[in-house]
Amino acid sequence: MCLTRTGCSFSLRPGTMIVANDLQKSFGDVCALDGVSFEIGKGECVGLLGLNGAGKTTLLRILGCLLTPTAGTMTVEGRDISGAANYVRGLIGFLPEDPPLYSEMKVGAFLSFAAMIRGIPRTDVGGRVQDTARRCQLDKMIDERIETLSYGYRKRVGIAQAIVHNPPLVILDEPIAGLDPAQIVEMRELVRGLRGQHTVVISSHILTEISQTCDRILVMQRGKMVGSGTEEELTGGMGKEQRLAAVVRGERQAVEKALAGMSGISSVAIEDRADGALDLSIGTSEDIRAALSRALVQGGLDLIEFERKKDQLEATFLRLTGDKEGER
Amino acid sequence: MKSVYLIARREALSILRSPQGFIIAALYLALVGLDFNLRVLGGGAKYSADVLTGFFHELSGFTMFFSVFISMGLIAKERETGTFPLLLSSPVKDFEIILGKFFGAYLFLMLLTLVTVYMPLLVMVNGKVSWGHVCAGYLGVLLLGSAVLAIGTFCSSMTRSQIVAVFLTLGIGMPLVLFWLLGRFADKPLNDIFAYLAIHNIHFAPFKAGKVHLRDIVYYFSVTAFFLFAATRTLESRRWR
Repeated sequence: MCLTRTGCSFSLRPGTMIVANDLQKSFGDVCALDGVSFEIGKGECVGLLGLNGAGKTTLLRILGCLLTPTAGTMTVEGRDISGAANYVRGLIGFLPEDPPLYSEMKVGAFLSFAAMIRGIPRTDVGGRVQDTARRCQLDKMIDERIETLSYGYRKRVGIAQAIVHNPPLVILDEPIAGLDPAQIVEMRELVRGLRGQHTVVISSHILTEISQTCDRILVMQRGKMVGSGTEEELTGGMGKEQRLAAVVRGERQAVEKALAGMSGISSVAIEDRADGALDLSIGTSEDIRAALSRALVQGGLDLIEFERKKDQLEATFLRLTGDKEGER
Repeated sequence: MKSVYLIARREALSILRSPQGFIIAALYLALVGLDFNLRVLGGGAKYSADVLTGFFHELSGFTMFFSVFISMGLIAKERETGTFPLLLSSPVKDFEIILGKFFGAYLFLMLLTLVTVYMPLLVMVNGKVSWGHVCAGYLGVLLLGSAVLAIGTFCSSMTRSQIVAVFLTLGIGMPLVLFWLLGRFADKPLNDIFAYLAIHNIHFAPFKAGKVHLRDIVYYFSVTAFFLFAATRTLESRRWR
């Protein structure tokens, strides 16, 4: 691990925003988090992926200093969230699944309140509110009462209150939950706009959302971290079964002969195509792409198409979570 | 303390703008006015001082009762509507949240109570009013109101249901009011303890008669501080659950 504890502060690698170490949280007999450890770098956009009840919201509520962990440590910019909670709260903007909005207030007044309660000086509040409203495309709604806004706009106001004080860390819990397709596209753009300016942690159980928005994915299942990495790393990791797909023109026997001499192939499926060519689907756990293409060409076959079928994120997610289910 | 001011201002404005606040204000002022006309002024000729004493006695009852409803949503409503994470994830200490909420509600209660000042002014028309008596009476009412609001704040911090908060506040407040009965019938030394703990009887009587005793001020401050402290601890403990 990269950190050493000194009182309630930690020394850590430069560029690290969040370090969680063996984090545990129990609600009575229910264990919501069970030894979760991870790191998130500054400026990263990280997706927290997991089925309902995986512990994502609990983890985000701990990160947002709303809950205290039962055991383990979590630091934000080197400061422990338990020992220096108030300092850490000053570094974060938090949007829960249901936006925390005072519906009787106008958007502008609410954002001003959110900015001032986060310590923004009164003289700067007006400018901050206007900037944030523009970023979240709320500038025309600034004098509207929150209770009159659609759910999509309420979500926008929720994000606006989380970034109005320009925090280094923005935490978004299920930001697209309950939105219609058009609102999802708008929200995705809004969240993408946060990248680079803030470290962003997003939770969702919707795979495509995470894969389209985040640089890196943390996969949770039943309170445990069961996978971590980029989508590429998670879906195409070495040692995992992958499929190579090819389209060749030639005799079936020639294909079988070419493949017979190759090692590292676990399964082969050959199907005839309507245009007379052959579809090959080859299972392997090694990177045999170069050898395979050579073998096919040297076997007198015309290689028309060749690709490595990526293990889809859904399949990876199910594999990761399914493996852990099986352990229980 | 800037956070306390911000939270208190937002809370007071929120109560003032809400239908709930409007209904509480309307009922409070209507009932106090009716009671003043029928019970305090009624029943033949009276000295101005007796009218004032009766007025503050009645006003204290209404203030206690309505304080229960003013405080019921202070924390419970935030939990009920899901707005609490905004405050809990802000760089604000738990005691500042509690103080802000309390002072917001207290400001509303002060406004309501001070609107009733036209009633002592009416007494001036046909009698002689001691301003010291009026100030002492209002001081007592506001101290009593702060104690009940603090109890309500504590109860509101224990639940996400405003109705449950009302019953919890009544559950603590009613015995505190009725301790004066136990103080009358219990044996020594329990009778002295119950009489001292009673929130209304011996501690409020001097105020309504126009007298201010430091011991009574200390009592109301102690009750207020105790329950606000308890509310803060309840809020802190929720972060562990």
